[in-house]
Amino acid sequence: MQTLWFLSSRLVKGILVVLAIVVLDFFLIHFAPGDPAAVMAGESGATDEIFLQQLRVKFGLDQPLMTQLGLYLWGVVRLDLGYSYRQQMPVLDLVMDRLPATLILTGAAFVFSLVIGVAAGAWAAANKDRPLDRAITTISLIFYATPLFWMALMSVLVFSVWLDWLPGFGFEEVGNTDNVFERVLDVSRHLVLPAVTLGLFFTAVYVRMTRSSMIETARMDFVKTARAKGLTEGVILRRHVLRNAVLPVVTLAGLQAGQMVGGAVMTETVFAWPGIGRLMYEALLQRDYNLLLGVFLVSAAMVVVFNILTDWVYRLVDPRIEVAR
Amino acid sequence: MTGFWSRFRRRRIAMIGLIVVALVVAVAIAAPYLYPQSPWKMVQRPFLPPFANALVPLGTDTLGRNVASGLAHGAQVSLLIGIVSTLVALAVGVPIGAIAGYFGGIVDDVLMRFTEFFQTVPSFALAIVLVAIFQPSLTSVIAAIGVVGWPPVARLVRGEVLAQRRREYVEAAILAGQSNFTIITRQILPNVVSPIVVLASLMVATAILLESSLSFLGLGDPSVMSWGYMIGAARTVVRQAWWLSFFPGVAILITVLAINLVGEGLAEALDPRSSRDHH
Repeated sequence: MQTLWFLSSRLVKGILVVLAIVVLDFFLIHFAPGDPAAVMAGESGATDEIFLQQLRVKFGLDQPLMTQLGLYLWGVVRLDLGYSYRQQMPVLDLVMDRLPATLILTGAAFVFSLVIGVAAGAWAAANKDRPLDRAITTISLIFYATPLFWMALMSVLVFSVWLDWLPGFGFEEVGNTDNVFERVLDVSRHLVLPAVTLGLFFTAVYVRMTRSSMIETARMDFVKTARAKGLTEGVILRRHVLRNAVLPVVTLAGLQAGQMVGGAVMTETVFAWPGIGRLMYEALLQRDYNLLLGVFLVSAAMVVVFNILTDWVYRLVDPRIEVAR
Repeated sequence: MTGFWSRFRRRRIAMIGLIVVALVVAVAIAAPYLYPQSPWKMVQRPFLPPFANALVPLGTDTLGRNVASGLAHGAQVSLLIGIVSTLVALAVGVPIGAIAGYFGGIVDDVLMRFTEFFQTVPSFALAIVLVAIFQPSLTSVIAAIGVVGWPPVARLVRGEVLAQRRREYVEAAILAGQSNFTIITRQILPNVVSPIVVLASLMVATAILLESSLSFLGLGDPSVMSWGYMIGAARTVVRQAWWLSFFPGVAILITVLAINLVGEGLAEALDPRSSRDHH
């Protein structure tokens, strides 16, 4: 019952956030320099006065601003994100087409970065101030400062072009096979470079977070108690310190979902990964603002959903914590 | 202040960071003298590899432009955008955080919900949308990075002000009849300046990364040479000419890393408690 109440209050809050983004989208279109109709047409028919006039009538651009906002909101509520005049398709269809690829990529990158980040961070903390700790800390500092798009480009160059170990382009070999197993294998091979590149920045974040959280937790009284009980250092670290230290990392990981979307734009652009990040880049190149705003809205909604899930997981992991607010 | 400097100086890695930052600043200032010609100008045949010609030590790009000159001029843009957009973020975040923390109650609630909203929205995607719609220019890039950068500032300042709010000196100032504005700006903010400085230094690094990402996607100011633009322009020829994307990337990496090191050094030097933990 409490969980249900929690989830529904979170859902309401999430919906409010998404609505606020819709309103933001609306004002962006309207306060952009130039004619909103031309912005929507995405320059595809911007010189065609009759077409622009049709758009003005269709979207009520000749009506008062608040009426327009109402119309726009009503459209979004009916899951109508507008039409991409460039790609000749409804925006929502385009985005939904590309969403699975992004979920695969960000999901893989997320798992990779969390597992490696927590493991390396814990390892560093267990060897605090020794050479191993210094090495891990230094490497994560470097990855933290590396521009994602550059790392993507360099990894294509090294692992795909020079060493020829892995494909650095696309989602799968087209028309390669009908066998499901072989197809999964093929996609996985294509996934390795983009997912690792996207994941490394976040790995660096989690390493630093886990390390400092472990060191902090190790100073607490219950750790002294465990030591006094005569438990070995390994057991103390794994069973007591790590378990407690990982909580703030989970919270942080949830908060970083939004950054993951930004990272996906860079990675998908470089690796020609057919997700919504790449779609955003295509929309940019074609000045297709309707599509651009649609991708933005869907990615924001995705982040909201993900935040709710993290909060829920957090409650499951640590029932002591009340995250009602 | 002398105590601060001696603590900072003891951190060797932070000192290395500071020296590197000083070098980048020097290159940025010297760029117009080192390479008086526009970095957009063709100087040699295209695709000249690095270390082959002393006049163009890092080679030339697809249009025969000098990579070294591009790097030097790009340093100006990176630093300019990094610093100014951080100032913009501070100008938005500090007042919002201070007002929320000082007045509390419903003011705090409203402002913090507003801040949370901006923290939930995917920041890089928002920056892309803003720059694309308002057309790429130095101003729009700086504004966009500022808009996505202020929420952490507001949260930090709110927390710090909230902690100071119940101190005796604040109550004394209220009893002395000082206005809220004076109390916030003259009494409280000077006491919370250290953590803001630390956060701001780290934000400069983030802003440089963000700027380079935007320029890489073609959302930089089209009239200025920037590191991200150089990599974006060289993306399609990475197989033939690795140096075109390699060197600007190294420049970004080194600059961002150095600023982060300085930021961490500042954090430890400004907070004597944390430096004691390290020795």
